Amino acid sequence: MSSREDILGRVRAGLQRNGANAAAGREAMAAALANRVQGPKPAMDSSPKALLERFRVKSEQQSTTVDIVAQESDAPAAIARYLTAMNLPKSAVAQPSLAALDWSGAGLSVEPRGARDADLVGITGCFCAVAETGTLMMCSSPETPAAVSLLPETHIAIVRAARILPYMEDAWNLARQELGALPRAVNFISGPSRTGDIEQTIVLGAHGPYRVHLVIVEE
Amino acid sequence: MHFKANASAKLADVVLQGNLKNAKGKFVTKRAEAIKDLDDFEGTRDAAVAIRNKVIDNLDLWLERFEQKALDTGAQVLWAKDGAEVCRLVTEIAKRHGVKKVTKSKSMLSEEAGLNQALEAAGIQPVETDLGEYILQVDNNEPPSHIIAPAVHKSLSDVADLFHKVHGTPRKTEIPALTREAREVLRGHFLSAEMGLSGGNFLVAETGSVALVTNEGNGRMVTTMPKVHVVITGIEKVIPTLEDLSTLMRILPRSATGQSISNYFSILTGVKRPEEHDGPEHLYFVLVDSGRADVVGGDFHAMLRCIRCGACMNHCPVYQTIGGHAYGWVYPGPMGSVLTPLYAGIENSIDLPHAATLCNQCGIVCPVKIPLPDLLRKLREKQTERGLRPLTERIGLRLWAWVAQRPTLYALGASLGARYLKWLAGESNRIRLLPTAPEWTLGRDFPAPQGKTFRELYAARRNATPRA
Repeated sequence: MSSREDILGRVRAGLQRNGANAAAGREAMAAALANRVQGPKPAMDSSPKALLERFRVKSEQQSTTVDIVAQESDAPAAIARYLTAMNLPKSAVAQPSLAALDWSGAGLSVEPRGARDADLVGITGCFCAVAETGTLMMCSSPETPAAVSLLPETHIAIVRAARILPYMEDAWNLARQELGALPRAVNFISGPSRTGDIEQTIVLGAHGPYRVHLVIVEE
Repeated sequence: MHFKANASAKLADVVLQGNLKNAKGKFVTKRAEAIKDLDDFEGTRDAAVAIRNKVIDNLDLWLERFEQKALDTGAQVLWAKDGAEVCRLVTEIAKRHGVKKVTKSKSMLSEEAGLNQALEAAGIQPVETDLGEYILQVDNNEPPSHIIAPAVHKSLSDVADLFHKVHGTPRKTEIPALTREAREVLRGHFLSAEMGLSGGNFLVAETGSVALVTNEGNGRMVTTMPKVHVVITGIEKVIPTLEDLSTLMRILPRSATGQSISNYFSILTGVKRPEEHDGPEHLYFVLVDSGRADVVGGDFHAMLRCIRCGACMNHCPVYQTIGGHAYGWVYPGPMGSVLTPLYAGIENSIDLPHAATLCNQCGIVCPVKIPLPDLLRKLREKQTERGLRPLTERIGLRLWAWVAQRPTLYALGASLGARYLKWLAGESNRIRLLPTAPEWTLGRDFPAPQGKTFRELYAARRNATPRA
């Protein structure tokens, strides 16, 4: 007998599986998958202004820094200002989805491609954002490689205010609508990477970015 | 597993006691703060219980459903009866893809299986990349003492000495500098390993995905950079939908580290798509039994709800006093005292169900409401049923039962006992050494009874107070 059959056989024996309870179990399973019941969620004012404010506050609580600009074309200059203020390099890797922005006009040398170890600054968009916890939802694709938000020491993300949703449940629905199936990797990011493994003292920059900076586009 | 000897040694270990004292209460305070910003924490707990029950009450069906969806995404699904089979399957996968080095994010199941030793024996280098696990691996493969903070028993100075010795670098005394040093060492491994190995916090039946809750980013590294990704999880980890994942994520990080969400929360589905820059080309799920299937439907069924947050040990007075190593196996604290007998054999862990005060702190904080004290009590019953208790205890209980069934004899015995203890205490009212049970008075005095038994006092009171 294969291990699979052995394991499932013992699970079935434990559940005293028979024809009748198997049918009931299948029905319950189909209902759970169809109904997608949501659990209790913290109450939230879901006006666009309140969502942006909550998202900003929650992001800052996770040690993320936040800048707000009027339109997407303002983002490169805002990013250049941030890099200058932080004394960080003016060259960066960006997700190919952002190739059309005028980076050189803002004095930045930006390469749209996948990330390499030597990249110090990574610029990304995001699929959407979650106001409840101050979280970015990143969906991997050829245009949005996952490692750009992971390998560099600084991660800068451009977030469109209209894509800030109240809850993670809303993000799943948006993904189902716009993408159909899930991409290879969905990464929810809430602030810089961190560890508390030595004396439970939180240190930023464990294996991923030391800092996360958001440029929220209001338009 | 010699729990009593281990626990005594840990109590006498001055350095460990200092480290435990330092760690004590930090997780407790953070959790208490973090659950406040959920308007309905209790409702969320109830929803989490319902989600977990939904699956484990029909686990065979959900496993088949998850397997089918995972296969549809291009992943491969393997099944392992025990740790030895986990080791065999993972080693085979590694050999098939010509793997020399494996980077690992935290997987308690690989600890259960002893996978690192098996990989090394096959000439494959396993590298632990969670900072805590890495610290333990370079310290002669010391086992973890906590399921989410594996090196919680070590102090800053322990780690400083260790890195100085192992890396051959100048001794650093700041935590950020030590963290940076580990980052630099491990970055090279992330980029050169051919295979990444992770556990799985949840398996999503709706999509055939694995969900990983991490903070450091190592979980993302090992599932993004190498060409092969192997997920090792217990068969009980399936949940129905992405919505259920969101509900569970409201309570898991809060219960574990006191965060409203972990820094990274990754939901991985299938392999690298055409034209993608990163991601593994091969994805394997190893679904592991190792005792779980036999728990289904029995007295300990509720234990399968466990989401491995560690809140029970963080709040346990016994765990806080002796640390995780004393428990002798992978899972410490109250959940470990239930899981170890179930997975490693009741007869191999006789002391663990007794390593609890049954104060129910664990039951109160458990996000999926596992009645841990009830399960510990049930394990004690099983020990008695199977005649596993020590001979002296069995004879003693029989003797007590015989006397207890004879009220006159019992009253006489109790009266003599109370007077003997009072005499033993003398003027001081405290007994320094109890000759019949010297262990009781080893670290404390025994308060002397007042000389009369409860029954004598009760009778006197009834006589003195006339009834209305």
